Amino acid sequence: MSSLRFLAVSWTLQFKMIMRSPFDGIGNVVYPLFFATVAFFVFRAGHSPRTLVYASFGAAVMGMWSSVSTSAGSAMQRERWWGTLELLVAAPRHFALVLLPATLGLATVGVYNLAATLLWGRFLFGVHLRIVHPLPFALAIVGTVLSFGGLGFLFAVSFVRWRAAWVLGNFFEYPVWLICGFLVPLALLPGWVHPIAWALAPTWAMNAVRESALGGTPLPDLAACLGLGLGYLVLGVLVSDRVLRAARQRGSLALT
Amino acid sequence: MIVAARIFLVGGLTSFRALWYWLTPWIYVPTMLIAPIFQILLFAYIGRSAHLRSDEFYLLGNALQYASIPCLFAMGQMVSGERYQETLGAILVSPAARIPLFLGRSLPVIVNGAFVAAFSLAVGSLILGVHLPASSLPPLALVVLVASFSCTGLGFVNAAISLRVRENAVASNAIFGFLLIFTGANVPLDSLPGWMSTAAEGMPFTHAIAAARKLAAGASLGDVGGLVGAELLVGVIYGIAGYGLLRFFEVQGRRHATLERS
Repeated sequence: MSSLRFLAVSWTLQFKMIMRSPFDGIGNVVYPLFFATVAFFVFRAGHSPRTLVYASFGAAVMGMWSSVSTSAGSAMQRERWWGTLELLVAAPRHFALVLLPATLGLATVGVYNLAATLLWGRFLFGVHLRIVHPLPFALAIVGTVLSFGGLGFLFAVSFVRWRAAWVLGNFFEYPVWLICGFLVPLALLPGWVHPIAWALAPTWAMNAVRESALGGTPLPDLAACLGLGLGYLVLGVLVSDRVLRAARQRGSLALT
Repeated sequence: MIVAARIFLVGGLTSFRALWYWLTPWIYVPTMLIAPIFQILLFAYIGRSAHLRSDEFYLLGNALQYASIPCLFAMGQMVSGERYQETLGAILVSPAARIPLFLGRSLPVIVNGAFVAAFSLAVGSLILGVHLPASSLPPLALVVLVASFSCTGLGFVNAAISLRVRENAVASNAIFGFLLIFTGANVPLDSLPGWMSTAAEGMPFTHAIAAARKLAAGASLGDVGGLVGAELLVGVIYGIAGYGLLRFFEVQGRRHATLERS
């Protein structure tokens, strides 16, 4: 119970800080809208059976991923720049509990991203959305946030040994947009890409959102998405333990 | 004259070398050499998914448009980097003539932008299997250079904005986004609303991308001379406007003591 309260309070604090940041709170929300706009124009001008509704949900989840990928990779790095990393590592709480709210906060900004993109499509491109299964859709959004937060957490702890961690976070933006079925069906991609896509929670999150919104069976996709998110979290805890132990032994936490 | 030439060449080169203090290969390779390839692939596959245009259309559009990343960010960094290293005041208090000072800093940026676009074009065409006629390569190289020049002109405006705006990265990303939508890199200009395709005529890359597509289709350099000239003109206009803004904000910064605001 105490850990849950700790997570909730830290998440609130992190969310407030993110919303005050011009880069994370404004830039990361506006930037994907440019790509969404291109997608709307391309699908409107194209001759595909895939409609603007298809593009609308894809672009919306693209935006959710952007808010995580660009900043989560450097979540731990930021604490280092601020000079608070040592204090957080020395805190009596497990470090994973301290860092997870930061990446969950970034994933939560993605909800704002999702809403902004759907409204953008509605008012600028006349995309009328009707959610077929509202409750599973809401669950799919929550599942997406949690799994993206888990993947962001794994990024944050894995990249901490790199001074240029923010680049690695940026680096994963386009590939995930490309291979996770946001705007390009997996069937169009080469066969060797499919197993990589299946190992990424955004693929299942996208399926769950589309299946619940357009009518289908979203629950298996949602379960896969949450399962992978949990897996990232467990892996992230193991990696953070190992990284912090090594940093303590070598006195290299500050990377100076 | 010799002093101006030294400021132009040595000052520009020193400033660009200083950029590499933090722009290490760990940053340069993923952001400048790999990311544009993924951008090309993303839009080529979106084009396939939407049944709109060929891979060649997206390859040429995105390879050229991605030159905006080095051009916009490096020019913005020309100001914000100096501010971060606390050398902005020392530069602006110097009696050095401003034209060679700023133009010298833009020359390596143009070369780097052209390199990024040419690299993306070469690797992207290999991956997507797009064949560009050998005869089109020399004029394409010229078009890439002109596009980079033109965007560096816009980069001057971005640098000027950096004298007043702290979050240069957000401003650069926003300009990049507008260029992605408006310039015809991914959306044919005739599919955009009229006011957008009209606005695109005044933006970097629009004419260069159109010229590159014609060259790839077999046109000669003479056939696209008008487009290349228009692209050059756009770059010159932005360059002059950016220089004017830089001088204006410099004076404002001195008057209100806001140069070092960070």
